[in-house]
Amino acid sequence: MKLELRGITKRFGALVANDRISLTVEAGEIHALLGENGAGKSTLMNVLYGLYRAEEGEILLDDVAQHFSGPGDAMNAGIGMVHQHFMLIPVFTVAENVMLGHEETRSGGRLDLPAARKRVREISDRFGFDVDPDALVEDLPVGVQQRVEIIKALSRDAKVLVFDEPTAVLTPQETDELMAIMRQLKSTGTSIVFITHKLREVREVADRITVIRLGAVVGEASPTATNEELATLMVGRAVDLTVEKTEAASGEAALVVTNLTVHDALGHVVVDDVSFTVAVGEILAIAGVQGNGQTELTEALMGLQPRVTGGITLDGVSLRGRTVRQVLDAGVGFVPEDRTEDGLVGEFTIAENLMLDRSHTEPFVKRFNVQLEYLSRFATEKVAEFDVRSQGIDTPVARLSGGNQQKVVLARELSRSLRLFIAAQPTRGLDVGSIEFVHERIVATRDAGTPVIVISTELDEVAALADRIMVMYRGRIVGIVPGLTPRSVLGLMMAGEVPDPAGPTNTPDTDTPRTEGAAA
Amino acid sequence: MSDSQTPAPSTPAAGTPDSATRGSAPQTPEQSRWHSAFREITTGSALISVLAVLLALVVGAVMIAFTNEDVQAASGYFFSRPADTVSAIWQAVSGAYSALFQGSIYNFRRPDFADGIKPLTETLTFATPLIAAGLGVALGFRVGLFNIGGRGQMLIAAAIGGWVAFAVDLPYGIHLVAALVAGILGGALWGGLVGLLKARTGAHEVITTIMLNYVAFYLVSYLLRDGFLKTPGSNNPQSPATKPTAIFPDLLGPNYNLHFGFVLVIGATVFTWWLLSRSNIGFQFRAVGENPNAARVAGISVQRMYVYAMLFSGGLVGLAGINQVLGTTTSGFGAGIDSGIGFDAITVALLGRSKPWGVFAAGILFGAFKAGGFSMQAAEGVPIDIVLVVQSLIVLFIAAPPLVRTIFRLPTPGALPRRQRPIITKEAAAK
Repeated sequence: MKLELRGITKRFGALVANDRISLTVEAGEIHALLGENGAGKSTLMNVLYGLYRAEEGEILLDDVAQHFSGPGDAMNAGIGMVHQHFMLIPVFTVAENVMLGHEETRSGGRLDLPAARKRVREISDRFGFDVDPDALVEDLPVGVQQRVEIIKALSRDAKVLVFDEPTAVLTPQETDELMAIMRQLKSTGTSIVFITHKLREVREVADRITVIRLGAVVGEASPTATNEELATLMVGRAVDLTVEKTEAASGEAALVVTNLTVHDALGHVVVDDVSFTVAVGEILAIAGVQGNGQTELTEALMGLQPRVTGGITLDGVSLRGRTVRQVLDAGVGFVPEDRTEDGLVGEFTIAENLMLDRSHTEPFVKRFNVQLEYLSRFATEKVAEFDVRSQGIDTPVARLSGGNQQKVVLARELSRSLRLFIAAQPTRGLDVGSIEFVHERIVATRDAGTPVIVISTELDEVAALADRIMVMYRGRIVGIVPGLTPRSVLGLMMAGEVPDPAGPTNTPDTDTPRTEGAAA
Repeated sequence: MSDSQTPAPSTPAAGTPDSATRGSAPQTPEQSRWHSAFREITTGSALISVLAVLLALVVGAVMIAFTNEDVQAASGYFFSRPADTVSAIWQAVSGAYSALFQGSIYNFRRPDFADGIKPLTETLTFATPLIAAGLGVALGFRVGLFNIGGRGQMLIAAAIGGWVAFAVDLPYGIHLVAALVAGILGGALWGGLVGLLKARTGAHEVITTIMLNYVAFYLVSYLLRDGFLKTPGSNNPQSPATKPTAIFPDLLGPNYNLHFGFVLVIGATVFTWWLLSRSNIGFQFRAVGENPNAARVAGISVQRMYVYAMLFSGGLVGLAGINQVLGTTTSGFGAGIDSGIGFDAITVALLGRSKPWGVFAAGILFGAFKAGGFSMQAAEGVPIDIVLVVQSLIVLFIAAPPLVRTIFRLPTPGALPRRQRPIITKEAAAK
């Protein structure tokens, strides 16, 4: 089915989220929609899916104008959506989830589960999905859950499938499998809209690329374009994707973690007997798919986890069992992975957030009085130094963009004298420009002789920053490898396979090394 | 930019492979929704407060008109002489509200200024405990705590402070200070207990404060009947009278009820303002109230802040309790000494948007309702319940900011634009 969007304009008050966007997706084509966070991709897709009503413009399917007043209309017209966050009910089986919303019943109002099972099997077999219709969704790996979403859409005869950032939660291997699925769907004539901000995936799978910036189409590109060309289109200026980084001048081990085990509230082991060291002046990147113990590991280091056994010493001083306050006072800087939830107080001003973790002592506080003059001088200085774009230091941080919020967190943490810097997902949800900035600051911190831990699920980031890479899987360390380890090896490690020292594996390395001169 | 309006893109991945972490995941949006609603109700804009009062007065006017006998009589022949009904309504409503004004601010019927201004001093006297307790509740709100235990904290404060006031012999001045401090400490302890329970065991403060209200009420009732608060040789469950050395001095002489407690309350308002806006403890309080997760990660002990906040909150409510014993009801108190102030304080704190000076203004407004309500009933025969209805409506409107915004067509601050209306286009209709 051919999908055409003509001059779609969507306004939110004074804000133009989509400005006369036109887009044509031919039948059997994978059309990538590329843009930074906040460029208007999701708004456009919500218009297409009937969640928003566009002020201007029309949607055509096979040259027939459509009017959607809700997702139901869009589904009936043959548009299916695979959301970034799966819309599945974890305690239902695959078949139940697939029939959800258009349940067919037999006599007496009984659900026609056998028919749903048959449907799932049929679609699953047709595309080689290998999904058991009776499996509970919560027992399935993320990649398979995503296939359930796809089956859901296909079971309603979707001819146009929209994938909204589908790879954010997948391992590299699962991503490759998804790419294969997308190609297969395409070969059966399904049109695919693929929303992403990851350049590598776009070049790999897309037939055509439309780049959106600030709510408007800024250009089309062919899949043969280079990363730099695409990034330049996305950001609107030349972007340097590689991080300037000299060889690590690593010295003695500063942070020593031995046999660290963390239990969660239910008594499950979430970090399992982990030992590693981080040396002065090196970046250790902890890679792994979301939810494999990295979060709990950083929380244990920060004193935020109550059930921790094993040893944590920083410069010979034990940090285990200390309060967060004591850990911070020991010189640990921390960028939490969810900055709006854990890093910032949204209603507080930039200035207040800059003193958030130093509200107990001089120079910010003297005899219970917050030193407002000192604070405003400090904040003005840091806002300039870290290039936080705002209307002033009294702006609540909730009004800042993600990139500027992260700069506030960095400014706060890096303005103390640090002996260890931990950055968890430091660039999640940031635009390319801010990523550049954050990476530069992290490398600068390392070069100043501070040991750095970077936790990231993005291989690009790991490859760009790491001097050494530690891969975690199900709470364990799969291995600690040099920074230049090929992406394919890392991908296998993230899926739990211990690396084969012989080297290359069957998955081709599709990306050129990003770093120059960083060897371990 | 626009993506901020679509379902939060920055939330952590929903489907993690680790089933252990999933158990807690679905609760987060629910909690944060409740949290943001709580925040909006307790700390929204002052404009909403003013509009809520206005709306409540309008609805109150309707009630007055409906309950007025003249209006009822005139409406019987509404279709023959509608002007009668209109003028009866005008008479009833304007009469009631002017009586409210004259009973609470200035009485024009009195010959001289000294008498005319007396209602205002009554208003301030009524406002004194409301402001003190309102400050306590507001402080709790700013830390994310809902202190409904005003009644219990006032009773314990009155019991301990009252005992010092009637049973201990101390010189003038020192006795007053001792009783005052004892009362504030009593309230602080009763509140701090709640904070401790929450910090140590996670017990929700709404439940514990309500339950401690009962504990305090029956404890004080017992003490008044058989314990150390009992008046010797009397069967009344009432304490002995406060000793003159511990009674708050009058501010404007013996003709007026206004006493030193009002000055203390001004001091308490300044203190609370300083605490919340200028001190580092208040900074940590607000951080915990706005985002406890970020506060914890920033090394602030959330548990300890809960205890401190409840100590301060209980202490301020305790000031309201001891104010009653040392200033208003000095002839001995019963178990009803709180007279509902602990609950009115919640309304005052909400109306004052949990800001110290806002609470101060709201307390005076509610004091005016109390002072004026009686004269409204006396002068116009308007049931005093109408005043309570107006007070309750104020809370209702404040608790539903979207309702007020809809009525006055105010824009929703930083929220989603209006959702689509039903779509009927020509093409669709033609099919």
